[in-house]
Amino acid sequence: MLSRVAERVYWMARYLERAENTARLMNVYSNLLLDLPRGTKVGWHTLIDISGVNKEFAATGRSDDERSVVRFLLSEQNGISLLSVLAMVRENARTTREIIPSEAFEQINDIYLNIREKSAGQVSRSARNLLLEEIIVHCQQLTGMLEGCLSHNHVHRFIEMGRYLERADMTTRIVDVGSGSLLPDLNLDNKTDGDSNEPYQDTLWMSVLRSLSGYQMYRQNVKDRVNADDVVAFLLQDSEFPRSVAFCLERLKGCINGLSDNSRALRQVRKVVRNTRQAQIKELLSDGLFQYIDDLQVEIAGIHDQVAKTWFLPHT
Amino acid sequence: MRVDWKSYNPGAFYDETISSPGFARKHARRLVSYLRSLKSDEVSNRKQAASLAIKTMGISFTVYSDAGNIDREWPFDIIPRIIPRKEWDVTSKGLEQRVRALNLFINDIYNAQKVFKDKIVPRDLILESGNFRKECMGIKPAFGTWAHICGTDLIRDRDGLFYVLEDNLRVPSGVSYMLENRTVTKRVFPELFENYDILPVTDYPTKLYDTLAAISPRRIKNPEVVVLTPGIYNSAYFEHSFLAQRMGAELVEGGDLVVQDDCVFMRTIDGLARVDVIYRRIDDLFLDPSVFNKDSVLGVKGLMQAWIKGNVGLANAPGAGVADDKVVYTYVPKLIKYYLGEDPILPNVPSYICSDKKQCQHVLQNLDKLVVKPANESGGYGMLMGPQASTEEREEFARKIKANPRNYMAQPLISLSTAPILGDRNVEPRHIDLRPFILQARDSYVTPGGLTRVAMVKGSYVVNSSQGGGSKDTWIVDE
Repeated sequence: MLSRVAERVYWMARYLERAENTARLMNVYSNLLLDLPRGTKVGWHTLIDISGVNKEFAATGRSDDERSVVRFLLSEQNGISLLSVLAMVRENARTTREIIPSEAFEQINDIYLNIREKSAGQVSRSARNLLLEEIIVHCQQLTGMLEGCLSHNHVHRFIEMGRYLERADMTTRIVDVGSGSLLPDLNLDNKTDGDSNEPYQDTLWMSVLRSLSGYQMYRQNVKDRVNADDVVAFLLQDSEFPRSVAFCLERLKGCINGLSDNSRALRQVRKVVRNTRQAQIKELLSDGLFQYIDDLQVEIAGIHDQVAKTWFLPHT
Repeated sequence: MRVDWKSYNPGAFYDETISSPGFARKHARRLVSYLRSLKSDEVSNRKQAASLAIKTMGISFTVYSDAGNIDREWPFDIIPRIIPRKEWDVTSKGLEQRVRALNLFINDIYNAQKVFKDKIVPRDLILESGNFRKECMGIKPAFGTWAHICGTDLIRDRDGLFYVLEDNLRVPSGVSYMLENRTVTKRVFPELFENYDILPVTDYPTKLYDTLAAISPRRIKNPEVVVLTPGIYNSAYFEHSFLAQRMGAELVEGGDLVVQDDCVFMRTIDGLARVDVIYRRIDDLFLDPSVFNKDSVLGVKGLMQAWIKGNVGLANAPGAGVADDKVVYTYVPKLIKYYLGEDPILPNVPSYICSDKKQCQHVLQNLDKLVVKPANESGGYGMLMGPQASTEEREEFARKIKANPRNYMAQPLISLSTAPILGDRNVEPRHIDLRPFILQARDSYVTPGGLTRVAMVKGSYVVNSSQGGGSKDTWIVDE
């Protein structure tokens, strides 16, 4: 398999996963805002924070009202919005058309054209939710199509690597949301008593799970009411939930094992696995989760670096 | 819209479908009556279905500009063009004969040069050609084949006979559209296929792979064949990727290849892997920056040396374009006689060579009746359409011809035949040509039919997709 092709299918899968996750996040976030009591100082800017695009948004000089944020994340040509991400999925697919199943390319092409049409101009709140759901379904169809039509060869390995790296990264971001580090102002204006926040804390953690389609699986698995400890442990350490960091890392390891010259990449994956497994969630929740997640994200990025160094074309 | 044949009138031109208004040609009768039988909304539904299919299948060609890339959908008309098999069999033989002679000619130019010594073609004409590559002198590619893939443009004049308009021996494109046109027609008009025995076109990628594999220097079972593309910004990128996909070959860019010890390798995730045959879709001058254009980033350093040493097969061979010069074209009937001792099966369009004083005089005196073409342009650029040109344009061209007569040839305005397209309200006649593809190495193969290109604008003769041309599915039909 050509190094260049490996890189492109890897990015195709990463962007595809990113599109799906961004759509989930926006959808859940809109719903969360409806659940929180009026007066909560949780603004749309949080969505920008989670996506890690503060700098880019600030550069536009716009205020962080719903309309601006949504447009920024949905339809602008800025390399970040859902539409831009889908365009990159398509561009990477277009340059590797000869090796991905042709029905998959047709699907990608179709999604992009469809979303481009629907996201042009003003999008109302209800239309937006439908659109986001449509994107999620389409992305999953495509993932399923790739699963069903593509031989489990090197192409498949690089697609999986892209998918699981992106997913692991996104899950850490979403844990960040719940951890409160991004929602310091959940304390309501008229209430100072910590306990009275609890129903909203639960709402928050439920939203976190929902954004990863994990609520149902969590309930089946944990059998306890939604609480911070268990949710964070579930999202970081559960070995069976396909969006947990541990699960993603395990799949990554499987892919890397099937490739030659893999020792450096494997070492990095093992390091991250160790750090996830050994995390003391309870302690971190009382202090240091923010820093821990930050470090984790850097280490996950380190896996990408090793993958790129080992198998992609050297960039000159 | 309903299809009404009574008002379909191609005038004095040869029409592929009807012999006179209201009378279908024998091979087209079932097509004509089928289209007539369609209900109004059905006609427009099919038309829409076709354009939707083209959109989702991503059949496109790309026009890139500073303002951004425009990925245009492939313009397609849903009414197929039908050619009777009996007629095609003769045409096909003529194409094969032509390419055989052209390959002998190119091989002769770069080796013994008997054709000059026997005064068939003037030596200067060839050595001064912009497509002559002195670097190729003395090279003997496998089977003496230089042009492995050839696209020859045919037109029908008023007499209804096929004439050769030009040969494309460098990197002819369009074959993927020929294949996709069939796929789309099957999607939108499956009923039509029940009425006809149509020769399938689908085995082209297999034949192409066999042709390429045959020139592998290593005699191994599955030689590594790759398609070398200039990349996504090339207007024919769709085709490059399509052919690679259908052949199961790697689609590579210059940066993927590297030459070591005069052998070509590609960079893979498992390290370097040997490449045996390159179907290159980039021009000669960009192939190897150490030999040709030094600034080329599309090519591969050392590629020519690897080829010269016989360590890699290149299709088409560098230098093959010397024979698709439009002036050289005028000699092809003579070359067929000279190399094969046979009479040409397919006639050329009558042509005048400006490097010949007498003929040049005739051209200059009749600029208002002739089409003048430069020797080395393709895509329909740089031509003078005499009858439609303004006086100023003609004068400017006269100056160009006088300054560089070698670079020009002229032909009388040939009447391209017409075929019906589905217009906004009814079927309407439009001018068409035909580009069949010929493969040659150990064996020869001619596509059954080819790519029918359509000048979508009423009365226009310009069929090039870069200038608004469209296309049709082309059927060779057993009667």
